[in-house]
Amino acid sequence: MVSLLDIIGPVMVGPSSSHTAGACRLGLLARNLVGGTPERARIELHGSFARTGEGHGTDKAIAGGLMGFRPDDERLRDALEIADREGLDYVFDKASLGEDAHPNTARITLERGERKAVMTGASLGAGRILVTEINGYKVEVTGSYHTIVLIAEDVKGSVAAIATILAEHEINIANLRLTRKERGGDAFMVIEVDEAPGESVRDEIRTLPWVRWAFRLDKVSA
Amino acid sequence: MYRSLADAIRDAEQKGISLARLALETEAKDQGRPVEEIRGALRRALEVMRGAVDRGMTGDLFSASGLVGGDAAKLRTGPPGPLAGTPFRDVLARALAVQEVNAAMGVIVAAPTAGGAGVLPAVLTGLAQARGIPDDAVIDALAVAGLIGAVVAERASLSGAEGGCQAETGAAAAMAAGAATEMLGGSPAQVGHATALALQGTLGLVCDPLGGLVELPCVFRNATGSAIALTGIELALAGVEFKIPVDEVIDVMGEIGASMDVRYRETAGGGLAATPTGRRLARERLVQIKKR
Repeated sequence: MVSLLDIIGPVMVGPSSSHTAGACRLGLLARNLVGGTPERARIELHGSFARTGEGHGTDKAIAGGLMGFRPDDERLRDALEIADREGLDYVFDKASLGEDAHPNTARITLERGERKAVMTGASLGAGRILVTEINGYKVEVTGSYHTIVLIAEDVKGSVAAIATILAEHEINIANLRLTRKERGGDAFMVIEVDEAPGESVRDEIRTLPWVRWAFRLDKVSA
Repeated sequence: MYRSLADAIRDAEQKGISLARLALETEAKDQGRPVEEIRGALRRALEVMRGAVDRGMTGDLFSASGLVGGDAAKLRTGPPGPLAGTPFRDVLARALAVQEVNAAMGVIVAAPTAGGAGVLPAVLTGLAQARGIPDDAVIDALAVAGLIGAVVAERASLSGAEGGCQAETGAAAAMAAGAATEMLGGSPAQVGHATALALQGTLGLVCDPLGGLVELPCVFRNATGSAIALTGIELALAGVEFKIPVDEVIDVMGEIGASMDVRYRETAGGGLAATPTGRRLARERLVQIKKR
């Protein structure tokens, strides 16, 4: 359903909802994977992002997002200079990420201390985004919800255990997707929830013996 | 939100309420949020719109390529034309101002998109200033604009890549025309005619920006889009009726967009982008991401 506030909004730094606002949201989501502003970032831009990205400030928007700036933050315009000052070591490359990739796709590789992550995502237009891959796993994360992502051993009752933890914290599940590469292999769970889960929720999930890792992605859309 | 403007107009008439009130109450029900919260978000949008108008009038903002900027200020300080001293000229200046801010990575409200973000603030704040209309009425007008935009999104498109510029500055002109018509005292039926009158004037308009960037002609399309919106408002308030129902005009905009060659849908493959000068400027001025 179309909301009136989707039409009169979002408030954003120009010039393009797909190439600027959406790109910023990709950076914002990616930063969650390493728990804050990365020390090193390699950003590969594909298709229209590569062709018209600089004129649209796509590079500034992604770098700004990685530093936690939101799409309406005027610091986006100077994000590259701020990144230089703040010690975010970034490099932009043009890349071909395959024929199936959306024209506005970026692959973002991040390092922060011991933490490393690779995320591929696309800006679909009107500021909407879709993350399609995290650390080699195919996912579908829109950033429209607070999201918990985890890799776990493929054990019985895993979904029930996670659901119980969320219920105990009074967090309502909006969507849940489970994928695995092979039977008995690692399972990848994407859980979209209505309420923002605290660090304690993530920590509790991480203490489950069959969970390899888990992180939460803050909602990035309006 | 409504999928038909005719349905919304009929409901408003039957209940004896404004389209703004109908839109706000419908949104509140759809989203499970109080009307005051929605009005609060629209108030913030209006503040950002005014901020962009003011910022763009200073004449010192330019896009990354340098192809656009500084023109809004010319309408404030430059030599007079036939519209000098009228709200019309002021509206044109405001439309350029907001879009120049957008091209220079300033803060705007995408309404309905970033590329068409100049029309609605120009028409609403320009006419509100000229007539001394209070902010609450301008916020109501934004709700009407949102209602019209939602119907266009459902029935046609709000994306230049899908429907050409008629779906961006055309839709923005339709929204602004309908919204300002109610703000200036028009009936729900007159809002429908103003919307249709504006949209018919942009049917077939292609999206052909140089190098695919939201700069040239986008900045100027927001000015001409505002002029078309003013035409719809003036005609509708004078009692002119457009004989094709507004929903059908919206539908045909979507049909034209869907059948538009891909060269004319934000790909820089046709139109002004493909003129000899358009190609040359794109080559020379539109910088590419540098490796470092």
